[in-house]
Amino acid sequence: MPDLIAKPALGHAPLTLAGTTLTEEPQARITAIAPFPGQTDAVARALGMAFPAPGQVVESGGRSLVWAGRDIAFLIGDAPTVALAASVTDQSDAWVTLALRGPQAVAALARLVSLDLRRVQAGQCFRTGLNHMPLVLIVEDADRFRLMTFRSMAQTAWHEVQDALEKVAARAALTA
Amino acid sequence: MRLTCPFCGPRDRREFHYYGAADYLNRPGPEAAASAWDDYLHNRDNPAGVTQDLWYHEQGCAAWLKVTRNTVTHEILAVDAVAGGAA
Repeated sequence: MPDLIAKPALGHAPLTLAGTTLTEEPQARITAIAPFPGQTDAVARALGMAFPAPGQVVESGGRSLVWAGRDIAFLIGDAPTVALAASVTDQSDAWVTLALRGPQAVAALARLVSLDLRRVQAGQCFRTGLNHMPLVLIVEDADRFRLMTFRSMAQTAWHEVQDALEKVAARAALTA
Repeated sequence: MRLTCPFCGPRDRREFHYYGAADYLNRPGPEAAASAWDDYLHNRDNPAGVTQDLWYHEQGCAAWLKVTRNTVTHEILAVDAVAGGAA
């Protein structure tokens, strides 16, 4: 087995504008779990975690199970160790996770995401778009978000969020 | 225009891909007459009023949806998931 070097998708330093920080999160283990028809409850029992309802994140023992579409969820954290009545795929290297945290996070995302994020709560997630890119948006708190998009689009995603953040910061500076 | 996805809630039209008439849900059996296949593939009504078509929530939950809408008033009357027999 060759000695492989884990490399981040971007390797950018965190960017802070208007008190709001964009970071690239460390790569986590991401396992997509799509229960076979009628097996959702059995999968949840085997995992020891509730299977998330649409738009929800279930946290347990340092792992989170993020709803990622119809009958599919992403397990973020250690991979399942038991056999599951589900299609299970390791997608760790297919996604990049950015984080946007701070008072202007909602204003910046409003320029890129066609959802009203002003009244979101921890434990919510959304499958939507970041401009033209697919997005899994995880709400950590009212002004703290994790953004998962395809790793092949990492540079574009960073650029888009940076651009939105720069414009929000410029507007905030004008009205300060 | 917004569609209220039964899984994701109200979403902007740009998250969806339009496929075609809901007639595509009624595929004829393998022994069906040529006229049934002709209807299935080609012949469509063009109603001034209520119509049904298929949309795919491609930038969302990846569900196929049957949308009931009114071509005169542009009102969206119902959005049902195709899988699970709800549509």
